[in-house]
Amino acid sequence: MTEPALSTQPVAGAMPAFRASVSAAQLRDVCEKTRAQGARLVALWGSDETTRGAGYALQLALALPSGLLWLTLPLAREHPRYPGVADIYPCANRMQRAAYDMFGIHAQDSSDRRKWVRHRAWPGGVFPLRKDFAIGASFPPSEDRYTFVKVEGEGVHEIPVGPVHAGTIEPGHFRFSIVGEKILRLEQRLCYKHKGIEKLFETMTLADGARLAARVSGDSTVAYSWAYAMAVEGASATEPPVRALGLRAIMLELERIANHLGDLGYLGNDVALAFGFFQFWRLKEDLLRLQGELFGHRYLMDQVVPGGVARDLTREQAGRLIARLEQIRAEVMELRAIYDDHAGAQDRFILTGQVLPELAEKMGLVGFAGRASGIKHDLRLDYPMAPYQQLGVRMVTHTRGDVAARVSVRFDEMFESMRLVQALAEQLAPGPIRVPVAPCAPGKCGVGWVEGWRGEVLIALDVADGDRIHRAHAHDPSWQNWPVLERAVLGNIVPDFPLINKSFNLSYSGQDL
Amino acid sequence: MYRLLRQIAKTGIVSEAPPTPDAALRLIDQQLGEVILRHFGRALAIRHVDAGSCNGCDLEIHSMNGPYYNLERLGIKFVASPRHADMLLVTGPVARNMELALKRTYDATPDPKLVVAIGDCGCTGGIFGESYASCGRVSNVIPVDVAVPGCPPTPSALMQGILTAISSSERNRG
Repeated sequence: MTEPALSTQPVAGAMPAFRASVSAAQLRDVCEKTRAQGARLVALWGSDETTRGAGYALQLALALPSGLLWLTLPLAREHPRYPGVADIYPCANRMQRAAYDMFGIHAQDSSDRRKWVRHRAWPGGVFPLRKDFAIGASFPPSEDRYTFVKVEGEGVHEIPVGPVHAGTIEPGHFRFSIVGEKILRLEQRLCYKHKGIEKLFETMTLADGARLAARVSGDSTVAYSWAYAMAVEGASATEPPVRALGLRAIMLELERIANHLGDLGYLGNDVALAFGFFQFWRLKEDLLRLQGELFGHRYLMDQVVPGGVARDLTREQAGRLIARLEQIRAEVMELRAIYDDHAGAQDRFILTGQVLPELAEKMGLVGFAGRASGIKHDLRLDYPMAPYQQLGVRMVTHTRGDVAARVSVRFDEMFESMRLVQALAEQLAPGPIRVPVAPCAPGKCGVGWVEGWRGEVLIALDVADGDRIHRAHAHDPSWQNWPVLERAVLGNIVPDFPLINKSFNLSYSGQDL
Repeated sequence: MYRLLRQIAKTGIVSEAPPTPDAALRLIDQQLGEVILRHFGRALAIRHVDAGSCNGCDLEIHSMNGPYYNLERLGIKFVASPRHADMLLVTGPVARNMELALKRTYDATPDPKLVVAIGDCGCTGGIFGESYASCGRVSNVIPVDVAVPGCPPTPSALMQGILTAISSSERNRG
C-alpha cells in the first residue's frame, strides 16, 4: 500500500505512528484512497485549539499497514465544519455526532444529524469540551427529544428496553422493532453513562491522568492504563524498562483470560446451562484471587503506570501464576468439551447473531469479534513491539461470525493468552520495573495503541504547559462494534438478543466517556 | 452428560461462609422494624442499577453471584424489575444522563425499601466527582441506607453491605 501524498511526521513512541495535517479539500480524498487500500478508521474526535491562537480541529486516526496515521484538519473558530466521512467509513457516524455534541464542529452533508452524547445534562448550542466551558457548569435539565427510525407495517411493534436493564448490565437504551418474535430493526441509544472523562483529563497532570485512564472501562483497565502510559512515554521520550514491558504483557493477557472466563460462563447461562456459569465463575474467581494476592488488585487496576509498572513479580510468584494457569487450562479444556457436546447449547450458538465477513469489513468490526468474522487484525501481530515480537502470537480467526464462532475464538484466544503468560513469566528480564517520567514539552503528542481483550484501545494525547493535559482522547473498540450489533440481531428472535449481546460484550462506559 | 455430571461431582460445593454485618457502613439508622427485617432477611429481592460506573463494581456484583460467594443461598436474589425489589444496589457516580432513570427506578420500588450505594464513586463520587456530567455520590440523588467503599469493593465487602442493610441497628451495635 502506498501512503497518500501527505507530509507526515513520526510520533515518537512504542507503536509506529505518523501525524499529518490535511485541508478540508484533501480529507475525503485521503479517506477514500486509504479505504480503497484496506485501511480502517480507528477513531475520530475533535479538539479545541483556541487557547493556542487557532480555531478547532478534527482529528482522525487511520490504521495503515505501516502504522497509525493521525490526521488533523484545522477548523475555523466561527462555524467550524468539515466534510463528513461516514459514507466512506460507516463507523464514523456516531463519532461525528459526538464530536458535534462536545465541540460544535459540524460534519457537512451528513444524513444523520441527531445528537449522540447530549441527553438532558446540558442544552443544545453549549459544547462541554470547548475550553471556555467550565467543568462544573450546571444547567436545568433540558428537554430530551430523540427520534428513532420507525418501522411500519402490519403487526410491527416496538419494544423499548433500558436504560435500566433487567440484569447486572451497564445502562443503555435498545429500541426493537419486531413482528412476532422476529427482530426487524434494532436501534441503540447510548451515552447514559457519560461522566465527563475527557473534560476531567484536561484538569489533570500527566501523572494524575493515569488513575482516570484506568477507570475509563473497568473490565479493560490494563489495556487503558497501558495505552495511557504508552502515550505519556512517547510524548516525554521516556523508555520503560524491559522487565516492565514483560509484566505489562502478563497483566494484559490475564485481563483477556479473566474476561473470556466470565463471558463464557454467561454464554452458558444465557442458553439455560447454569452449570457453565458456576464452573467458569469459579475458575475466574480462582484467577482474580491470585491476581489480588500477587498484584494487590483483583482487576490489576493502577498497576500499569507511566514509566513502568507499580509492583514486581518474584520468581516464586511467577511460578505460582504459571501453576494456577495450568490448572485452569486443564479445567477449561474439559468445559470446552462439555460445551461442544451439549446439543442444547450448540443449537442456540450456531448461526445465531451472524456477522458475515463482508459486513464485518464494511462496518469496521474489530477485536476478537472481528476475528470471528474473518477480520485478520490484531495489534500484537500487525505491529509487533516488545515483548510480543519475541513471542510469536498466534492469531485465532473464524469465518462464520455467529455466536458459536465468537465462543470458539474466545476459547482459543484464552488458551493462547495462557501460553503467552507462561512464556513471559518464565523469562522476565532482570532489572528495574519503573523509571521516572521525563518532563514533557507543551505541544508534544503521544499515541497509546493496545490490543485489549475486546479490541484495540487508543489514547491520543496532546500535552499542555507544566505537564498538564491539553487533550486526551480515549477510544474504545465498542464504538466500532455497537453499530454492528444492530445488524447482527436482524432476523433473530428477541429471546436470543441477550445471548448475541453477551457474545460481543461491548463496553458502555468506554463508549460514553 | 456423563462428563457434565462428573465435573459437578468433582467440583463439589465451594461456597464459603458469609461475612457478618458492619454497623460502620450505615449512613442512617435502620428504619425498618424487626418484623419486616425478619422477612427481608430471608427473602430479599435486589434490583441493581448502574448509574454511571466504570463497570468495575458491576464485575464484583457478578462475582458475588458466583459459587464462592453464592449470595442466593442466603435467600437474597437479583430481580429484573424495581417493582419486584426490596433493595436497590446502585453503582457508580450518578451520571447526569442517568439521574432521571435512577429517580424513576427508586420511585418504582415499593416501600419499604433499602438502598445500598456501592464503591468509592457511589459513596463520594470518586475520581469523577461532581461536574457538568456527574451528580457525584448516590445520596445526592436518592436516600441511601448503607454505603460500601472500595474501588471496586470485594465481593465479601458487597455481601457485608447488603447484610448490614437488612440487619437491625440494635443488632449491629451489639
